[in-house]
Amino acid sequence: MAMFSQNPIMNGPNYSFSDTPKVNAPEGARQHRFDPYTDNGGSTLAIAGKDFTIMAGDTRLTSGYSINSRYHPKVFKIGGTTADQKDASIVLSVVGFAADGEALKERLDAICKMYRYRHGKAMSVKACAQRLSTILYQKRFFPYYTYAILGGLDEEGNGAVYSYDPVGSYEREQCRAGGAAASLIMPFLDNQVNFKNQYVPGSGEGHALQERPRNPLSRTEVEILVKDAFDGAVERHIEVGDGLQMMVITKDGIEEILLPLKRD
Amino acid sequence: MSSPFSINGGAAVAMVGKDCVAIACDLRLGLQSLTVSNNFPKIFQYGDVFLGLTGLATDVSTVSDLFRYKVNMYRLREERDIAPSTFAHLVSSSLYEKRFGPYFVSPVVAGLDAKTGKPFICGFDSIGCIDFAKDFIVSGTATEQLFGMCESLWEPDMTPDQLFETISQALLNAVDRDALSGWGAHVYIIEKDKVTKRLLKGRQD
Amino acid sequence: MPGFDFSNYNRNAALHARGVPLPKATSTGTTIVGCIFDGGVVIAADTRATSGPIVADKNCEKLHYISSNIWCAGAGTAADTEFTTALISSQLELHSLSTGRKPRVVTCMTLLKQHLFKYQGHIGAYLVVAGVDPTGTHLFTVHAHGSTDKLPYVTMGSGSLAAMSVFETQWTPKLTEADAVELCSQAIQAGIFNDLGSGSNVDVAVITKEKTVLKRGYVKPNERGQKLKSYIFPKGTTAVLNEKIIRKEDLGNYVSVHELSTTEDDAGDKMEVDA
Repeated sequence: MAMFSQNPIMNGPNYSFSDTPKVNAPEGARQHRFDPYTDNGGSTLAIAGKDFTIMAGDTRLTSGYSINSRYHPKVFKIGGTTADQKDASIVLSVVGFAADGEALKERLDAICKMYRYRHGKAMSVKACAQRLSTILYQKRFFPYYTYAILGGLDEEGNGAVYSYDPVGSYEREQCRAGGAAASLIMPFLDNQVNFKNQYVPGSGEGHALQERPRNPLSRTEVEILVKDAFDGAVERHIEVGDGLQMMVITKDGIEEILLPLKRD
Repeated sequence: MSSPFSINGGAAVAMVGKDCVAIACDLRLGLQSLTVSNNFPKIFQYGDVFLGLTGLATDVSTVSDLFRYKVNMYRLREERDIAPSTFAHLVSSSLYEKRFGPYFVSPVVAGLDAKTGKPFICGFDSIGCIDFAKDFIVSGTATEQLFGMCESLWEPDMTPDQLFETISQALLNAVDRDALSGWGAHVYIIEKDKVTKRLLKGRQD
Repeated sequence: MPGFDFSNYNRNAALHARGVPLPKATSTGTTIVGCIFDGGVVIAADTRATSGPIVADKNCEKLHYISSNIWCAGAGTAADTEFTTALISSQLELHSLSTGRKPRVVTCMTLLKQHLFKYQGHIGAYLVVAGVDPTGTHLFTVHAHGSTDKLPYVTMGSGSLAAMSVFETQWTPKLTEADAVELCSQAIQAGIFNDLGSGSNVDVAVITKEKTVLKRGYVKPNERGQKLKSYIFPKGTTAVLNEKIIRKEDLGNYVSVHELSTTEDDAGDKMEVDA
């Protein structure tokens, strides 16, 4: 029975048959359950360029209809020699359950640091990506409730983005959106980064048309796409907003950019 | 069992341009993940007014026929065509009449006002709450994807040609990220003195 | 036939019993407020309508007309607030016509609560009713189950706590009109910025004995900024397999209109008319 409360939202959609008999536990029986996860909203985005990678995420932390923080970063530098990550070259973004994201970041960072001390060199993105998959799969039956994206430059200096599901299945990609507004941003990326569904005008009729050739985007072009993608997501998704944190990874290091987003 | 809104799949979108409006839909009809038909248009024309219907396919057919009947009756009684905004209120009250046993559809209305030529679009939830928008309306299983596309691609005062490219790209890229929509698309560009209907090439998977 | 049509009810209830979830309605996960001042009453609302976590309408109207001197702010299921207020507005207009008196706020509130109570909370309308009538200035809240309150300042919706925090810290008795408008606007903005269910603009309605002023978009603190790039595609970018153009002028090819001749020659075809 939907109880009355001051807050209409908490009563569900208020439909007529919302009170049709449900198959409930018998009278007096109590169900015990353990709910260790919360969805803290937010969204992330990563695009690999020719000689750079941009990782971005909004900085809002939510639970239910509340904003817990307007500045809670989701994008982290990983595997520097020191705590301030000055010389880091890999970036991890996590979205989903914030506590798990934090724990995952700490763990991957510690592993990258240990690797550095043992081998006297920084971990490659490829190796780090494989290691992250292992970490996630180790918790196959009590997962980190996070959608992680790892970004950096590969051995040839090309931009590299690896995206993960919560239990460690991963793939290297050109671009990826994660989190609450992933479904809003991803088709936009397909269209504007990989030029999906675009053809060369006048190159043929119907099925004979030539697909628009893909050419690598410049850093400024990608930065514009990221900002516009997030501005769109902020308009239509209530859990996205407040601030946009961007990390640009180039051979010269990582540059961090913080831009304002709408706060409603 | 899944929601009645996502058993058959489908997507529709309407957009406003300069002195023109566009409305588009995909062509898929499915039963959960099995595609049954790739020729199930979801846009219906009643005189100068266009109605896009997504949701449960049986209700899409029922509701489209219901409004054809209601619009024809209106035309006989009033001896004139129904205006888009009048039709919108007809849809709204017809859906709300079934407040406690709704049709599982999310309608979209588009048209030009016959007198003023002003573009009109609006959308509804399944119980008839009208969403008047100045820019675009989306509906169906690819709602989130369409919102993302439209919010970044749309801009004010597009010409009919620009509007066609924008609505087509918005729809095609949105349905490609939705497993329950796609399999081709219909796009209508509605101008003062003509209507252009195009069949788009889309992924067949 | 008045009232609701339950013809789909059994089908849908049967589906629901088999585990089909309920349809998502546009809900105005809203902040609405009202506040009495010396000489009148102010109500205000945000303009965001949501469907789950998605914003369905960025600039919807949540202030509903009841009569020229009574307005209503609505939260909850959007369609229910829209149609319930329209229904009561119509009843009140007829009542006013038959009695020859101006409609009263208590009458409106009573009609609303009796209607909502009859439907046992299934009509999800949460309303703030405000108005000025010959008996004075009134402000009520009406909940979906039919309970009502009469208070000098009220808030409702998912942003009600954020808005009430403003009233509880800033409200004083005997406010001026300008102060009341500003206080309500601040309360709504607290909801807009701190409650995810509320957003976009502030709408305000000021009702006094003399007149009602609706200030649609009284504050617009959330205008979208300019996009960094135009995403217009060159003509011919999309692959088209088939094209059909229907011109209005060509419609004559399908329907033809002929003037019938009226000469005496074909009098034989004329209908017989009584002299």
